[in-house]
Amino acid sequence: MAVASNENAMRTSRVTRVLIYVTLLVFSLFYLLPLGIMLINSLKPLSEITGGGMIALPQQWTIEPWLSAWSSAQIGVEPTGLRPYFMNSIAMAVPAVIISTVIGALNGYVLTKWHFRGATIVFGLLLFSCFIPFQIVLIPMARILGILEIAGTTYGLILVHVVYGIGFSTLYFRNYYAAFPTELVRAAQIDGAGFFQIFWRIMLPSSGPIIAVCCIWQFTNIWNDFLFGASFASGGAAPMTVALNNLVNSSTGVREYNVHFAGAIMAAAPTLLVYIVAGRYFVRGLMAGSVKG
Amino acid sequence: MGFLDINNVTKSYGAVEVLHRVDIEVEEGEFLVLVGPSGCGKSTLLNMIAGLESITGGEISIKDRVMNGVHPSKRNIAMVFQSYALYPNMSVAQNITFGLEMHGTPKPERDQALKEVGALLQIDHLLDRKPGQLSGGQRQRVAMGRALVRNPDVFLFDEPLSNLDAKLRVDMRTEIKKLHQKLKTTIVYVTHDQIEAMTLSTRIAVMFNGYVQQLGTPKEIYDTPENVFVATFMGSPAMNVVPAKVEMVDGLPHARIARADGDDALLAFAQENMAEWAGKNILLGIRPEAITDPESADRASNSIAAMSNRVGVTEPAGADTFVTMILGGKDVIARMRADTTVAAGEMFDFAVNMEKAVAFDPQTEARIKP
Repeated sequence: MAVASNENAMRTSRVTRVLIYVTLLVFSLFYLLPLGIMLINSLKPLSEITGGGMIALPQQWTIEPWLSAWSSAQIGVEPTGLRPYFMNSIAMAVPAVIISTVIGALNGYVLTKWHFRGATIVFGLLLFSCFIPFQIVLIPMARILGILEIAGTTYGLILVHVVYGIGFSTLYFRNYYAAFPTELVRAAQIDGAGFFQIFWRIMLPSSGPIIAVCCIWQFTNIWNDFLFGASFASGGAAPMTVALNNLVNSSTGVREYNVHFAGAIMAAAPTLLVYIVAGRYFVRGLMAGSVKG
Repeated sequence: MGFLDINNVTKSYGAVEVLHRVDIEVEEGEFLVLVGPSGCGKSTLLNMIAGLESITGGEISIKDRVMNGVHPSKRNIAMVFQSYALYPNMSVAQNITFGLEMHGTPKPERDQALKEVGALLQIDHLLDRKPGQLSGGQRQRVAMGRALVRNPDVFLFDEPLSNLDAKLRVDMRTEIKKLHQKLKTTIVYVTHDQIEAMTLSTRIAVMFNGYVQQLGTPKEIYDTPENVFVATFMGSPAMNVVPAKVEMVDGLPHARIARADGDDALLAFAQENMAEWAGKNILLGIRPEAITDPESADRASNSIAAMSNRVGVTEPAGADTFVTMILGGKDVIARMRADTTVAAGEMFDFAVNMEKAVAFDPQTEARIKP
């Protein structure tokens, strides 16, 4: 019996195991190849790239392209590098993520724990906003930003992204709070806590995973957005994505591919970092509510 | 006016009335248990006392103050929930003092109250832990601590023991009873467990279908149930209710009940006015412990009727042995001594304590009162 109990469907032979790992290794190498090429080429002088050595390791390692992309490359007509636009993107994404997450959490809290007439319809409409294509709202949004006199500024972009983000953040928090025990809210009511006290003291401290999910999602979307950035904030207020495009397209004379590669990695770095730091919460948060405990 | 006065209270959701004219007066220090099967409206009534559900009609007042529309936190009540509802992000100490904090009690007083409650419930060593690190029984204590610390007028318990395992439930039951005897606070306690209702309460309200079927002391509920529902819901095993016909034998009313084989059994009533029902059908209710062997029949009873019947199954349960038989076409359970010699299939002479028997009108299912 002892021998038989060792045999089960999950046990695989050594050969199969090796095969599995080799396959996985090949796949991950293939997946990482573009990033590798970008990294390699951003660390070599331009002459090595134009000389045809795209795949080869640099013969002469240099961080010059990175410095150039960051602070001195030609963006449009100004030789400012990507730094000011990187800061623009930070100044846009951070407030927009925070505001849309807080509003989404409040919406989710109200929709699940303070039932009011028509709550389902309100939620349905909010959900609907997730499916409206960006292009449709460009012109009305431009008009509104004009009326509010924040067209062409980072504030304008923050507003646009908050409005667009509320649908998703509400969806996340509503579903998370739907599984949150209502008895806790009732207990807090009897204890004398008010609407916002219950929210800050009871709901939010238990919302870690879903806050992580919401922040990752919003940050990735807002940071990577190009259309709104190009439409509503060209020039000095442009976000990183637009500036990267300008860097690549507006170089006079020689195309500095190594600088372009460095700039592209810079533009991708924050979202990559967010995934690495908070990625495990992302999966955990998405699973929360579906499985108890 | 009672201490807690539930006056003609109704509750409707849209056109559906789920609670019908509930009228209960609770005196100070009383332990009222609302008991009934799920969906009978007992939790709804409790939530209305707490202020978590609105009152459709009638009035609820505590200490002569009408509570309709008053916010839960301003009713000076405390509630223990079925799931305990401990705030998962706070320590035990924070959980207990949260209500005081929300009511603006200064820190030194909160600490003093926390110390007293911690000692009373023997949870002082747990104060720094999070609810997730506690066992079921400990969580239960913390939930009670959170209610106690507020020193409320009325305690509300919503099935507080139903999440505990059987042994712990019995322990906590005793502890709640001790606590009530010590603190003499007014308690309204909801449960579907009739044993909890019997052991804890000073008075029971048995509820079914949104009506209070009977309100009375545990003894009244057990010995003189108002109707068949109360009779069969309270008590374990349930009261035997069998169809019978009233007949006059030698000028005295008897119940004629069909036996499994042979002729009918005739049991003389102790209740004299049963003569008025002569010739009519009734439902006869007999508790299992009122059917015994002749030696262990209640000596204080003046009305022991002998009845022989064929034994169906015997079920030894340790302290007692339950014996089933067929009577009036129904399975009837008798509670015998543990070491009884009754064997399945044989004829046996049972003794029926007719003083404990109750008769019901078969149409209305209401008890025929003496």
